[in-house]
Amino acid sequence: MNSASGVVVAGFIPLLDCAPLVAAAEKGFALDEGIDLTLVRETSWANIRDRLVVGHFDAAHMLGPMAVASTLGIGHLQVAMAAPMSLGLGGNAITVSLPLWETMQAAGAQEGASPQVQGRALRQVVNERERTGKPPLTFAMVYPFSCHNYELRYWLAACGIDPDRDVRLIVLPPPLLVDALREGQVDGFCVGEPWNSLAVAVGVGCILVATTAIWRLSPEKVLGLRREWTHRFPERTAALVRAIFRAGQWCQRAENHEELARLLSEQRYVGAPAHILLRGLSGKLPLAPGGEPRAVPDFYLPSRQTATFPWASHALWFYSQMVRWKQIEHSAASLAAVRETYRPDLYRSALAPLNITAPSLDMKVEGAPGAPDGFFDDRAFDPDQFESYLQQAL
Amino acid sequence: MPDEKPTAETALHILIVDQNVMRASILEEGLREAGYSRVTILREMKNLMRRIVDLDPDVIFIDLENPNRDVLEQMFQVSRSVHRPIAMFVDRSETDMIEAAVDAGVGAYVVDGLRKERVKAVLDMAVSRFNAFSKLREELDRARAALDERKLVDRAKGILMSSKGMSEEAAYALLRKAAMNENRRISEVAQSVVTAARLLK
Repeated sequence: MNSASGVVVAGFIPLLDCAPLVAAAEKGFALDEGIDLTLVRETSWANIRDRLVVGHFDAAHMLGPMAVASTLGIGHLQVAMAAPMSLGLGGNAITVSLPLWETMQAAGAQEGASPQVQGRALRQVVNERERTGKPPLTFAMVYPFSCHNYELRYWLAACGIDPDRDVRLIVLPPPLLVDALREGQVDGFCVGEPWNSLAVAVGVGCILVATTAIWRLSPEKVLGLRREWTHRFPERTAALVRAIFRAGQWCQRAENHEELARLLSEQRYVGAPAHILLRGLSGKLPLAPGGEPRAVPDFYLPSRQTATFPWASHALWFYSQMVRWKQIEHSAASLAAVRETYRPDLYRSALAPLNITAPSLDMKVEGAPGAPDGFFDDRAFDPDQFESYLQQAL
Repeated sequence: MPDEKPTAETALHILIVDQNVMRASILEEGLREAGYSRVTILREMKNLMRRIVDLDPDVIFIDLENPNRDVLEQMFQVSRSVHRPIAMFVDRSETDMIEAAVDAGVGAYVVDGLRKERVKAVLDMAVSRFNAFSKLREELDRARAALDERKLVDRAKGILMSSKGMSEEAAYALLRKAAMNENRRISEVAQSVVTAARLLK
């Protein structure tokens, strides 16, 4: 047995975007690379991190910002992580309760409207509540170091709503969100599929905006490894990246979506109904209870084009938001550590045998004029101008 | 020892967040025996953050099967409150502790500024109690499985007794003989008899 083959134990959270890992294990892509991939379903992001740190897991379906936070040691043991690939783009949305949706509609919100329109309506509602002495609205997200937290905050702030003063932001685990929305414990949330579609399907929420409309082609999960593990098992790292890359390509193809949805619907994986999972996979989602499905552009991309490339600019943007929202103080050393967490070099070398043309640059401007990616408020993030971006944001 | 004055260590306010009543009680009992009198168990998960802020504990234990662990993680970010819980494990030297805790299935959070030595004994206690609980649960599972097997064998005996008009001892001997001949467990043979009887009904 060479060092490429062997057992890899990977932890995952039951969400639509664990799909490439499930496909790698179930559709033979891992075995093709000599990897015996065992998937372990977990209940919290904190468990994912801890079990990766202590070595119960070799790999994990991990929030991009969590890999960064772990390398920086924010709030927890400092363990250098390596993210040799992204597990796809998009897949999140912001959903609001029906009572809030009605109030927002009266303030100009419309089904499927842009983040600007929805944000203006929300601001009006927030201001009105403040004027009449009502308590601030409560929004939930899934983890302090998550794309959900930063996307939600970015959108609120850009619409003139201070996420720390004008609303209350709390963490709630995805399985509790729909009930919390129904019972009025929260007024809205930002989460990955299938939880937005489930809220719509059971008639308690409306999908207000997909986060791909806030940040087009925005990143989400990564393949999280301990850096030390990639040093010990370089060939196995490469084999794992190849297996998940090919699994992602399989997940991207529309003709496989029904089979994939059935697979993910099994209790040991996501455990949600296949027809609900299919909404996120196909990018055609009913946004309101009883509504017709709407095509949401680039809603979830497991693999298309460079969707699995670990752009270091993604990691740096997460870091910029950690600084912006005072989770960490900025330093040149932290910046360098963040830069080293995402590993485009490992991605390129792993995929070289597949004749994949990976981007030759490690970073890109997020939202360059005319580019397909970028933020809804047209502010570009140029990682080479990090300090000045930070200045403007603070 | 009710007469004894609480020392600084035993005066720690310890919160147990666990929906498993038995496990929470086992941990609570251990802590009380060790002289930690200020122990609170939280089973209601709604508005967890607010409840914890109100209770204002020094140390929090939560079982790792509880998805609400991520709710606690948010507390690192609440810099406004003076009494700020942080993750237990903030430096490399504590890797053994984290490993023992994760293996046992318990997560720990302590208030920033508490000395490590003060918390170590509490954590050790939690880890050993969680391990004891796992063992207990395994034993219970085994006992339950044994009970199920016995019920199955009783049913198979009953079927044989009524269909073949044999005594209880003879029915049991027949089951045992079949098990030995087929190199199967007696409960497996009993299951076959019960299934067959149902199909032939």
